[in-house]
Amino acid sequence: MADELLNLTCKQLRDKIAAGAVKSTAVVEAVLAQIADIDDTIGAYISTFNKHALETAEAVDEKIAAGESMGALAGVPVAIKDNMCTDLGATTCASRILENFQAPYNAHVVEKLLAADAVIIGKTNLDEFAMGSSTENSGLKRTVNPWDMERVPGGSSGGSAAAVAARMCFAALGSDTGGSIRQPAGFCGVVGLKPTYGRVSRFGLVAYGSSLDQIGPVTRDVADAALMMNVIAGRDKRDSTSVSEEMAPVCDYLEKLDEDVKGLKIAVASGFNAGADEHIRNALASALDIYKNLGAQIVEVKMPHLDYAIAAYYLIATAEASSNLARYDGVHYGHRTESPADYIEVYSKSRAEGFGAEVKRRIMLGTYALSSGYYDAYYLKALKVRNLIRKDFTNVFEKADCIIMPTSPTTAFKLGEKIEDPLQMYLTDIYTLAANLAGVPAISIPCGFDADNLPIGLQILSPAFTEEKLLRIARMFESKTNYHTHRPKPAEHTK
Amino acid sequence: MAKKLDESQVRHVAKLARLDLTDDEVARFSGQLSAILGYVEKLNELDTDSVEPLAHCLPIHNIFREDVVTESLDTESALKNAPQRIDSFFKVPKILEDDSGE
Repeated sequence: MADELLNLTCKQLRDKIAAGAVKSTAVVEAVLAQIADIDDTIGAYISTFNKHALETAEAVDEKIAAGESMGALAGVPVAIKDNMCTDLGATTCASRILENFQAPYNAHVVEKLLAADAVIIGKTNLDEFAMGSSTENSGLKRTVNPWDMERVPGGSSGGSAAAVAARMCFAALGSDTGGSIRQPAGFCGVVGLKPTYGRVSRFGLVAYGSSLDQIGPVTRDVADAALMMNVIAGRDKRDSTSVSEEMAPVCDYLEKLDEDVKGLKIAVASGFNAGADEHIRNALASALDIYKNLGAQIVEVKMPHLDYAIAAYYLIATAEASSNLARYDGVHYGHRTESPADYIEVYSKSRAEGFGAEVKRRIMLGTYALSSGYYDAYYLKALKVRNLIRKDFTNVFEKADCIIMPTSPTTAFKLGEKIEDPLQMYLTDIYTLAANLAGVPAISIPCGFDADNLPIGLQILSPAFTEEKLLRIARMFESKTNYHTHRPKPAEHTK
Repeated sequence: MAKKLDESQVRHVAKLARLDLTDDEVARFSGQLSAILGYVEKLNELDTDSVEPLAHCLPIHNIFREDVVTESLDTESALKNAPQRIDSFFKVPKILEDDSGE
């Protein structure tokens, strides 16, 4: 019974709860039991809000019994990546520098989830300050991939993806600066959507690369991603880069989800995709065959500047990070060193003690790229290349509705395999970075398994503010396949 | 081959970034950051003389609101994470030199 409950999608569960067929309290109890059973091994959560979750669920059950109309996520347990502020518990960013930080307010997206009557189960693990591709850079704990305990869940939203895959919540929020929603979703066999930059308010999201960061959902299927977008998308005056209704209206992403996109044209940059492992290229080819059978036309394109995305990204993102993370100075909040000799040491020792290796490395790289004498050669050059990358997208979107490519060049790699070589780790982001540099939406959906039964992600990218169509395109594939219904069996490994 | 970022440069950047690095970190970062900077050199394969830099994908402009008082954090909320405080202030080590002439 509990297992059957945990396998439901958000939408199915919400409908059952709203109809009174299932109690939210029973669902929350089942989720908390699942966490108690397997999260010692998986390590998806940094903190859980057991008491709060049960109380919220009871309140939802009471309202439903009283016949009140309920929100779109009524009684559904969801998780939040621990770089989004909650006035409940700590908001750590998986960093020692914020280990005990208690946010005085909720992020906009958290307010939206609560307003939709969702039950917030807890905060999930990440690479410290969302900097990483494996969640191994967490300063607080280790998360493993529910499909294979010796492998990484991906990152930086590795805790969110692992929690959704391992049935420790029904959906989660992640943040994506260079692939941090899509890559872990791909590695864990779930759906991850990075919305267009500006579609979702970043108010209360701890900043990493402010021109790149975007919040989005991690879910078990495309319909749930649409449902989550219905809850979180839209203008918020506290984030000036969240766009207005006049510029790009929010729509009901579920309304036409099951309508196929007629005359669909899919762009493929075969040259760029050639760097992916063979089993990933094969899965991509099979996916394109499915679309062809649905009447889609495949357009071969060249995107010559995508090969430069890694170099441009790691200069721009680290430059922005070095500026954003200057605020952790031990003065107003966060860790302060024990006995500083002077005020300079309050900064330099607090930061040295509080930040982990990858965060320091990125601050150093970004500071260097912005420093006198190097600004033009590195930062400015990267911004120019960013423009060329965006133009590649503009050109392709004149000829096609979307671009399809792998989410990652490999399936989930082994824990420890790349952590000592930062450049090798950065190179794994080859397929996800460009969407952030160009500001366009992109989704990863399950599209197969490799010889080791590890999930493969298919990435679909579309023009800015076309999430409605993007989700429909993703749904077309999902409705013809059952990869998204496979689930890992972590319990067998933990016994 | 000379490193792109030798240890003295690493120390200089660390000072700019207010990071008190250990000798071991300085040595490690010199190697790792040099490798990364070597990789990003590939940007120079592209002629960008006539390309505008793109710092932001949206048309960004200043956003104003009416100059009216709105709700903000109360003092206790703002201070609740303070590493050290005195009354309603954040406490920090002395920053200005004593200029009393004594």
